[in-house]
Amino acid sequence: MSNEIMSELRKDYIYNLMIKGEREDGRKFDEYREITIDTNVIEKAEGSARVKLGDTHLVVGVKIQTGTPFPDTPDQGVIITNLELIPLASPVFESGPPREDAIELARVVDRGIRESESIDLSKLCITPGEKVWMVFIDVHVLDDGGNIMDAASLGAIAALMTAKLPAQRFGVGEDTPVPMRDVPVAVTAVEIGGTIMLDPSLNEQSISGTKLTVISNQDGGISGMQKSGVHPLTTEQINYIVDISIEKAKELREKFLEI
Amino acid sequence: MVKPEKLIENGIRLDGRKPDEIRPIKIKVGVLNRADGSCYFEFGGNKVIAAVYGPREVHPRHMQKSNSAVVRYRYNMASFSVEDRKRPGPDRRSIEVSKVSREALEPVIFQEYFPRSAIDIFVEVLQADAGTRTAGINAASIALADAGIPMKSLVSACAVGKVDDTLVLDLNKDEDNYGQADMPIAMTPDGNITLLQMDGHLTREEFKEGLEMAKRGCLMIAEMQRAALLEKYSSLIEGEVNE
Repeated sequence: MSNEIMSELRKDYIYNLMIKGEREDGRKFDEYREITIDTNVIEKAEGSARVKLGDTHLVVGVKIQTGTPFPDTPDQGVIITNLELIPLASPVFESGPPREDAIELARVVDRGIRESESIDLSKLCITPGEKVWMVFIDVHVLDDGGNIMDAASLGAIAALMTAKLPAQRFGVGEDTPVPMRDVPVAVTAVEIGGTIMLDPSLNEQSISGTKLTVISNQDGGISGMQKSGVHPLTTEQINYIVDISIEKAKELREKFLEI
Repeated sequence: MVKPEKLIENGIRLDGRKPDEIRPIKIKVGVLNRADGSCYFEFGGNKVIAAVYGPREVHPRHMQKSNSAVVRYRYNMASFSVEDRKRPGPDRRSIEVSKVSREALEPVIFQEYFPRSAIDIFVEVLQADAGTRTAGINAASIALADAGIPMKSLVSACAVGKVDDTLVLDLNKDEDNYGQADMPIAMTPDGNITLLQMDGHLTREEFKEGLEMAKRGCLMIAEMQRAALLEKYSSLIEGEVNE
């Protein structure tokens, strides 16, 4: 998303603020923008969430249906995550098949949910080798205000936590909640001129050379990481980002996701 | 294959390696005639070949940048490179791998020397055995040097992971499939990290230790990359002198 058009003046402005220890919207370097999460916003979906993270606005819908398992995991359900940067959300998004930015975002959100084993896939099995639950997580970005990654990850987990397996509709018993075991939270940092900032705004994101997303779990462990962007990071910077990301994830989880 | 009961026994891995040992590496520089630079790289069971074309004209034209070269990276797995035939062509995984691999190499390339031109890197995985993206980056880095592209340094890549609660360097296929975490990194010899991905489960302490371990792996690989390039070019220079 670094192809967002921004004037050199604006770059200078953000950079000079950064040197003074400030950000364009007055936040501290480790402070998130205001977050609101509403769940069950789409009645037709089995689970849904609308997330506003500052100016970024997106909707996550979870659809669940039965299907056949993959041959190598006959007793496990299937999760499929998709994210679309639809042209409605930004002048630089184009229609057509998802490009690498969207694919990367979707795959990192997916990895966070999958690798943290936040969904107990063995409990999504109905008949081994024949019928399992397939969970489709679809993220629709409506307004790109920067840091889609964290908003999408929050939305996905919030939608999953409210989602129900539609067993009645498929004639396989009573509706039950999706079997959740963990609450992974993604925290994204950018590096601008040697300074690390969390939750980059669109402007900050477009002038930064690198983003690092760290996905951490309830026990403080890390279940996913992705560096994105061409600027290298030092070991010290990475260790610093990992440390604050785990703390910040804990804060976000307690504030927005504990039930 | 079923999950082996133990992936590490008495501190030795299933393939006989110690936890901090990398798989054998074989490097051949300049294996293709048509490409401007190329490299064949074997990393354990991985067999990859990288080709570099450029700097050359950008097609399509609208992709060109007026103040620097565009770097393009295509990571592709051959359909026969894996156990179950892979459907040919790019999929979501290979698009992501291509993106992060390109970003791993871009920082060392003097792109500003070649405005309005393209540097194309093609990586073909002929056989896959866990760690194809790191093998691809290692090969591409050598191929770029072989093509004479001005670079700040080489880039070396290596993965670290966790199996049976032990951190191990350079996962093989079984360790990747049945392990608890996988973290590929790429870095320059002076310690700048240009690629970092992770999935699985690591504690904060394990991550820090793992990162140091992967860095040591990268440095070992950097030595071999350098040696392979020197081998080709020092003999070439001597040959010219003799004529």
